[in-house]
Formats: sequence, C-alpha cells, structure tokens
Amino acid sequence: MSESKRELIFSPILNRNPIALLVLGICSALAVTGQLATAFVMSVCVMAVTACSSLIISLVRKRIPSTVRIGVQIMIIATLVILIDQILKAYFFSLSKQLSIYVGLIITNCIVMGRAEGFAMSNPPLASFLDGIGNGLGYGFVLMFTAFIRELLGSGTLFGYQILPLTVNGGWYERNGLLLLPASAFFIIALLIWLLRSMYPEQQEKD
Amino acid sequence: MNWLNNLLDKAAPHFQPEGRLRRWYPLFEAADSFVMGSNRRTSTAPHIRDSMDLKRIMVLVVMALLPCVFMALWNTGYQANSALAGLGISTPPGWRGALMAHIGCDPQNFWSNILHGGLYFLPVYLVSLTVGGLWECVFNIIRGHEMSEAFLVTSLLFALILPPAIPLWQVAVGISFGVVFAKEVFGGVGRNFMNPALAARAFVFFAYPAQMSGDLVWTAVDGLSRATPLTTLAAATHGSNAVNALNITWMQAFMGVIPGSMGETSTLACLLGAVFLLITGVASWRIMLAMLSGGAAMTVGFQLMGSAVNPMFAVPFHWHLVLGGFAFGLVFMATDPVSAPHTQAGQWIYGLLIGALAILIRVANPAFPEGVMLAILLGNVFAPLFDYFVLAANIRRRKLRYGG
Repeated sequence: MSESKRELIFSPILNRNPIALLVLGICSALAVTGQLATAFVMSVCVMAVTACSSLIISLVRKRIPSTVRIGVQIMIIATLVILIDQILKAYFFSLSKQLSIYVGLIITNCIVMGRAEGFAMSNPPLASFLDGIGNGLGYGFVLMFTAFIRELLGSGTLFGYQILPLTVNGGWYERNGLLLLPASAFFIIALLIWLLRSMYPEQQEKD
Repeated sequence: MNWLNNLLDKAAPHFQPEGRLRRWYPLFEAADSFVMGSNRRTSTAPHIRDSMDLKRIMVLVVMALLPCVFMALWNTGYQANSALAGLGISTPPGWRGALMAHIGCDPQNFWSNILHGGLYFLPVYLVSLTVGGLWECVFNIIRGHEMSEAFLVTSLLFALILPPAIPLWQVAVGISFGVVFAKEVFGGVGRNFMNPALAARAFVFFAYPAQMSGDLVWTAVDGLSRATPLTTLAAATHGSNAVNALNITWMQAFMGVIPGSMGETSTLACLLGAVFLLITGVASWRIMLAMLSGGAAMTVGFQLMGSAVNPMFAVPFHWHLVLGGFAFGLVFMATDPVSAPHTQAGQWIYGLLIGALAILIRVANPAFPEGVMLAILLGNVFAPLFDYFVLAANIRRRKLRYGG
C-alpha cells in the first residue's frame, strides 16, 4: 500500500479523475446534468455504490474464483444498485422519477466496475472503501461542475432557485437552449478536461 | 510609403525570437504582411511554383462573396422598406429610424435600401469580425502562430447566413463558439474539421431558436411576422400545387428579392460567386456538381414517391435550388477546402450526400424548414472517412494490380 488514506480519497478528484482522465461514466454525465438537484443525487448514489461494492468485493476477494469474478462483481453491484433505487423510490419519489432509468443504469457505469476490478480485487477492504469514496467524489465533481453551468446558463436557476431572471418572465437573461440538450455536456466536460490537463500536464497523452 | 516601410523595418527586430516584444510577433506579422506583403520564400521541400497561397485563396473567396454582400445590403433594406411601406409607417423607431429619417424609407430608392440594409448588416458583420478576430489573436499569441486571412472569410460568411433581426450579443456568442470550438481547439487555421461559420450558426440556431427560426426574424422590421418562402411551402395545404402558395415568381426567388438570411437569398449572386471561384480554381467543381446532382436526384425521388399529406414532396428542383440556403451552401460552404474531402472520389460522394440530405431534411422533417446547414455539417464530419476509404480502396487496387 503506497498511497495514504488522504490520497485515496482526494487524488481521484483532480489528479486522476475517473471521467476527465479515464473518460469513464460519460453516459450518465451527459444525461443527468441538466439540473444540479438530479446531478447531486446521482453523484451520491454512484459514490455509495462504488464505495460499498468495493468494500464487499474486497472482503470476499480471496474467495472469488478468478474465472467467474466478473459475474460475482456484477451481482454484488446489481444488488447494491437495486437497494439504492428502492430507497430513492421510497423516500425521494419525485427525484427518482426525474432520474428515471439512470439509477438502474449505475450497474453499467464503468467507474464502479473499473474500481472493483482494478482496485478492490487486489487491495484490503478499508483502502478499497476509501478508493470507492474518492472515485465517487471525482465523478460527483465533474457532474456538479457540468450541471452548474448547464442549469445556470440553460435555465437561469441553481438547485431550482432563480438566479438569472429570464426574458420570458420579463427579466434580462435569454436562456441558452443548447445547454438544455444533453449534447452540450460534451462541450463542458471537454472544457473541464482542457482545464485539468493544463493544470496537470502529466495527464496529457503522448502520441 | 517609405516611412511606413522604414517604421516596420525598425520595429521588426523587437519581434524576432530574441527581441523583447517576441510574444506579440503574430500581431506584428499580421500588420506587416497586411500593409506590405510578404517577401519570404519557402525554405523546405516540397517546392511548388505557383502563385496561389493561403492569403490569395482567402482574398479570392472574399471577392467571390461580394455579390452576396451587395444583395445582403440591398435586399435586407428592400425587404424592410417595402414592409414598412406596406404597413404605412414612414420611419421605424430606434436609432436606425433616426438615421433613416434623413433619406426616407422608400423601397423604390436604391440608396435608401442599401443604407437601411447596411444599418442591419454592418453591425452584425463588425461584431462577427471583432469578436472572432479577438479570439483568433488570443490563440495565435499564446501559440505563436501567424494570423491568417482565413478568418476574414469565416466572419463574413457567418454574417451573411444570419437573419437580419438577430441580436448582436448572439452574434458575438455564436462566432466565439465557432472560432474556439470548431477551429482553435483543433489547432487553428487549416485544421478545422467542420466549417467554423456553419458551426457558429448551428450553435446560435440550437441555443436561441426564437431569434433564429420562426416567422418574426426574417424581415428587419420589429415585430413583423413574415415567413420565408420555405416555411410557407411547408405550411401549404396539400393537394394544391405548393409553389402556388408562394406569391413570388421563380425569377424573384432567383434574383433573391425574398425574405431570408441576409446574404443567401440571391441565387444569382451565388452563381456569380461560383463562376468566379471556378475560373480561379479555388473551389472544387466536383463538389458543386455532386451536391447539385444529389439534391436533384432526391427531389425526383420524392416527386415519384408522392405524398397525400406533405406538399413539399411535389416541389420541383428548380424551386429548391433558389429557395433557402441551398445555392449559398453549395457554392461557399460545402466547398470549403479544409473541411471537404481531398480525394476526387471522396468529393463526389461528399457532394451527393450533402445534396440528398439537405433535400431530405427540408422535405421530410417538419421540425426544420431548412436542412442545408445540418447537411453540410454532417458532410464535414464524414469527409475524413470518405478520404480514408478512397485511399484504402486505391491501395488495395494497386496491391492487386502489382501483386504486392
């Protein structure tokens, strides 16, 4: 174990962000970043699933036969995702409606699988748990950054509160319809990657 | 001019790699080559003896655009003036009205039309030029690239494909997006994989649909609702001959005396530009001919298919050609040498695809009355792929032939 606990949690935010550096989990980053509220819930869910699945997989890692390890990992992840989905439906029904299938699709989020296969299978439980938290934070950071720009410029609101008065309501801000479309997240994430790679030149790919 | 030359010669050492103003070399070089021309020669192979260079190509394209610029000035003013005359208003409100009060808004008066159109076109063009130029400067100074005339073409093209009533801040936002995202992030001049002016327009189109589509924006009179001929066609009742729903003649549409984006209404102006571009060899005739054939084939297909509910199916190709941006896109947008394929077979496929797609979107998609912009952007995206397959096929054929 070369990395300290602090590094496990904080380095996936800027240094090796799962979305910005590894380009994993792009699909949901495009789909749920139209509003900060949905992006926030999604980030929390992914963080919980990544952390718990890494913890459980790390606990049983020595008993998983390597030939069927992917199946076992998927089963653990799927169980957790269904659990989260049920909790959301029970206590936050309207948010769960807005997130629709994307909570269920956390199962296919490459970040969860990537951390399970790449880290938890070969590291002790506590480190795996922290690594899961860290990667969840990194994912959440990109989602919140993207959702902040998209909601502020696309709808003039933050967490549903009006920040920029819209022209349709007699204000001065003309909302940008492109930012309401999921495709706009491509530009914003690209800008973020550009920024991160200028700050940390070692992230730049050599060709 | 000697004093100017001396001044530039004296300033030059400061901008060389060891001078103290070396950071600003791109700006100096731009000013120097703009007023004095360049006496530099290529120092590394390959050497091609030709009078054509990037600067000359770009200036020729600007010259080819002049008829369209003229129509943008005159027709924008003419549409506004005749709309005002129709409403019985002598001068519009606002600062333009205050200026127009001196000459009067008379659609029969040539200079009144030019002036009124200029009051709409020139601010848009100036914003496009300054804001886009600023981004160009920022990136060139950071990267140490030289300024290029290519931007003159981009900024002019962008101004020509906007509706007259567009707010100026949207022009600024649009050209910023086009220059930064379609060109500079991919490495600047000559490396843009899609046309920056069209990318800018697409951005404004999707971001602010209220100012880029609908019936309110095509005539430069505040609050006046007047559909473009394409919108009228799409809304025509079925069964009748859709073209009759337009109360304009084919000749009017060909000359460009119709509402629309400022510079693209006139097919005649585009034709003049096309002739100029073909004579000077700047644009590819293959792309133009292929796009024309692709559009014609698609139109004939739709006519043969027929439709009981969609009147656009029956519109003949000579009308498609003169309405909307088909001619402008054909001559000035699809032929952009950077974002089009370079192989000859690739150019044929590219042109056919764009022509067919443009008509397909126009006729079959009720959400977009005009499809040329989207068709060309899609063509741009496919262009490298066409080149790749043409090259791969060529390599395979030669391998077979020579038994490699």
